[in-house]
Amino acid sequence: MQAEERFTYETWPAEPEKATLEAKNKFLGFWFFLGGETVLFATLFATYLALKDKVPSADHALAKDLFEIPLAFAATMLLLTSSLTSVYAMYHMKNFQFKKMQLWLGLTVALGAAFLGLEIYEFNHYVHQFGHTFTSSAFGSAFYTLVGFHGGHVAFGLLWITTLMIRNSKRGLNLYNAPKFYVASLYWHFIDVVWVFIFTVVYLMGMVG
Amino acid sequence: MSTYAQKKGFGATLWDYLTTVDHKKIAILYLIAGGFFFLLGGLEALFIRIQLAVPNNDFVSAGFYNEILTMHGTTMIFLAAMPLVFAFMNAVMPLQIGARDVAFPFLNSLGFWLFFFGGVFLNLSWFLGGAPDAGWTSYASLSLTSTTHGIDFYALGLQISGMGTLIGGINFLVTIINMRAPGMTYMRMPMFTWATFVTSALILFAFPPLTVGLFLLIFDRMFGSNFFNVANGGNTIIWEHLFWIFGHPEVYILILPAFGIFSEIFAIFSRKRLFGYSSMVFATILIGFLGFMVWAHHMFTTGLGPIANAIFAVATMAIAVPTGIKIFNWLFTMWGGSIKFSTPMLWAVAFIPSFVAGGVTGVMLATAAADYQYHDTYFVVAHFHYVIVGGVVFALFAGAHLYWPKMFGTMLNETLGKITFWLFLIGFHLTFFIQHFLGLMGMPRRIFTFLPGQGLETGNLVSSIGAALMGVAVLVLLVNVVTTTVKNEKVGNDPWGDGRTLEWAIASPPPFYNFKQLPLVRGLDAYWLEKMEGKKGMTPAEPIGDIHMPNNSFIPFVLVLGLFIAAFGTMYHAETSWGLPVLILGMAVTLGAMFVRSIKDDHGFHIHKEDLIDDDKDKGVKA
Repeated sequence: MQAEERFTYETWPAEPEKATLEAKNKFLGFWFFLGGETVLFATLFATYLALKDKVPSADHALAKDLFEIPLAFAATMLLLTSSLTSVYAMYHMKNFQFKKMQLWLGLTVALGAAFLGLEIYEFNHYVHQFGHTFTSSAFGSAFYTLVGFHGGHVAFGLLWITTLMIRNSKRGLNLYNAPKFYVASLYWHFIDVVWVFIFTVVYLMGMVG
Repeated sequence: MSTYAQKKGFGATLWDYLTTVDHKKIAILYLIAGGFFFLLGGLEALFIRIQLAVPNNDFVSAGFYNEILTMHGTTMIFLAAMPLVFAFMNAVMPLQIGARDVAFPFLNSLGFWLFFFGGVFLNLSWFLGGAPDAGWTSYASLSLTSTTHGIDFYALGLQISGMGTLIGGINFLVTIINMRAPGMTYMRMPMFTWATFVTSALILFAFPPLTVGLFLLIFDRMFGSNFFNVANGGNTIIWEHLFWIFGHPEVYILILPAFGIFSEIFAIFSRKRLFGYSSMVFATILIGFLGFMVWAHHMFTTGLGPIANAIFAVATMAIAVPTGIKIFNWLFTMWGGSIKFSTPMLWAVAFIPSFVAGGVTGVMLATAAADYQYHDTYFVVAHFHYVIVGGVVFALFAGAHLYWPKMFGTMLNETLGKITFWLFLIGFHLTFFIQHFLGLMGMPRRIFTFLPGQGLETGNLVSSIGAALMGVAVLVLLVNVVTTTVKNEKVGNDPWGDGRTLEWAIASPPPFYNFKQLPLVRGLDAYWLEKMEGKKGMTPAEPIGDIHMPNNSFIPFVLVLGLFIAAFGTMYHAETSWGLPVLILGMAVTLGAMFVRSIKDDHGFHIHKEDLIDDDKDKGVKA
C-alpha cells in the first residue's frame, strides 16, 4: 500500500503532505476548516469589541486597568517562537529527518505549554486582583470567551501534537502520517495568527482605551 | 479483508448502517431521519392550523402553542430541510462528478450522527419539561427569560447538529475540488453539483457565527455570563446579528440545492441542454455571495438607522437579479423542448410561479420603509412559506421522485406521485396565499388565537383547510413509498430514459464502489453526449484496477454519543450534583473517540481486480 511504503531520504517526495489523494484531501479540507475557524474567531472579536468595557457599574475594572504590556508581550513572544520552531519541524519533515522533526515539535509543545501557563496565571491574576470574572460583567464574559477560546485551541493543539509525536515515535515518517504532522503545524500557525490579532485588538487597543 | 455478504439479518443490517461510511447509505440515513423530522414538523404545523382554524380556539394552550410554533420552525429548517438536502447531495453529487466516494467518508458518517443526535436531543425536550418556546429565531431577550429547559435543548441540540452540517460542507467542497473524474472540468459540472459546491461554501462561512451565537446563549443560560444581559452591560442585538448573519445565508443554503435539483429536472424532462448554463453558474455564485450582504433586512425595525436600512434594502433587492436570470433560463430550457410531464417535472413547473410569488413579496419586504408595516405579520409568514415550501419543499418532493430509483433501484408510482403533487399544490396555495391578506389586515404572526369579528375568520379557516390537504398529500406519498418498497420492481441504469449526467450511466442503486472504471467526461451532460453518439455507456478513463475503499467505523457514533451525554450534563450542571460529572464523562467519551481515531491507523482496503471483473457480486457490501 502506497501510504505504508518505506521511504529513504532519496525516495521521499518533495511534498509529502500532498503525495496521496487522502493527503491532498486532508490538506485542502484542513484549509477550509481554518477558513471556518477564521469566521468563528472574527465573530468572537466582533462580540468582544461590542462588549468591551461594558460593565454594570463604575467599580468594575476596565481594559485599561487590567492589561499590562510585559505579560502580554512575553506570551506573544512565546507563541511566535513556537510557530517558528514548528516551521523548522516541517522543514525536517520534508527532508525526511524524523528525529530532528520530533525535537523541534517537542520545543514547539514546550513553548506552547509555557504560553498556556502564562495565560492561566494571567486569568488567575484578573480574577483575584480585580474581581474580573466570566460572570462579573458583559466585558468579562466577552474577554474570557475570546481569549479562552484561543487558549482552548492552544490546549487542544498541544494534546494533538503530543499524541502524534508519541504515536509515531517508533515508526518514523511515511506518507500516512506526514500529512497529519503537516496539518497539525498548519493548525498551530493558525492559532498563532489569531493570537497576533488578540494581542493587537485586546491588549494594545485595550491599553490606549 | 473484504468479504461479500449476500443476505443479512436485521442485526447485521443495523450494524452496517451504524458504521457505514458509504455516501449512498449515509444519504439513505439522511433521507429517513430527515423524512421523520419532516413528518414531525408537519404534525406541528397541523396543530398550529387546527388551533387557528376558528377564533378563540382552545385546542392548545398559549404556552404550548409557543412550543409548537418554535419547534415547527426549528425542526423544518434544521432537522428536515437541511438533512433532506444533504440526502440528495450525498446520494447524487459524488456520482455526478464520477467519484467513488466523498473526500472524507469517516467525516461524512460523523456529520450524519451529529445531525441525528442533535435532532433527537432537541426533540427530547417534549418529554423533559417542555420544548423551546421563543420562536425558531430565539431572540435573546425572550430566550433568556424562558423558564423551562426548552431553550437549553434548542441551544445544545442545534450546536451538535450544526457541527455536523459544517463538517458536511467541508467534505463536499473538498470532494468537488479534488475528486472529479478525468475530463470533468468545473464548467462541465452538472448544475446540482455546482449548487452543492456553492452551498457548501455558504455553510462553511455561515455556520461559525451560529456556533458562536449558540455558545453565547449556552454560556448566558447555563454558565452565568452576561452577553445578552443588559443589566450587566450585555447587548441583545448581538444575538440578532449573529443569528441572521447565519440565518440569511441559511435560506440560500436551502434554496440553492433546490435550484440545482430543478435545473437537472428541466433539462432531463425537456430533453434539452440547460439553457444558459454558464449564466446559471454565475447566478448561483452571485446569489451565494450576495446572500452574506443582506442579513439586516430581518432587522429593519430593530433601529439600526436609515443608512444601514437603505444599504441592506438595496443589497436585498439586488438578489432578485441573479434569481431572475435563473427563472428565465429555466423557462428557456423548456422553450422548444420535448417536454414530458413526469411527477418531478410537474413539481418543477409549479415551482416557477410559486417561487416567483415568494420572490415578489420578498422585494416588497426588502423595501425598508414599507417593511415597518409588514414586520411580524402573517404577510411575512406567507412570504417565507412561499419561498421555502414553494422552492425548497417542492424541490425535495421533486428530488425524491427523480432520484428514488437511483437511491433504491425502484420507481415511485407515477399516478400516486401526481395525486400527491396536485393535492399538495392546491393545499399549499390555499394555505399560504390568503395569509398575505391576513397579514395586510394586521394579523400578527406567532399569536395563539384571534378574536371573532375582525375579518380574520374566513382567511384562517381557508388556510387550515389547505394545510389539511397538504397533510393528505404527504400521506399519499407515504403510501406510495410503502407500496413501491413492497413491490420492489427493479429498474435499470437510466429509468427516466433521458438521464443526462453520470449518475444515470451506472446501475440503480450503484455498486458500493460506484464506478468500476472512472468515466471519461467529454463535455457538459456527459452521459447524454455518449448516448447521442449511439454508445451504451461511458468511455472508461482507466483500465480495470484495484479500487481503494475506506473501512466502516463505529467511532463516529461513539464520538457523537459522548457529545449527546455531555449536553445533558451541561444542561443540568447548575441544579444537580450529577450534571458536572456527566458533562466530564461525555466529553471524555468524545475526546477518547478522537484519540482512538488518531492513534489507530485506518488504511482502508482494496477491492481486487479479479473481484471486480466478476460483476455479479457488485451489490454485496463489505462486512
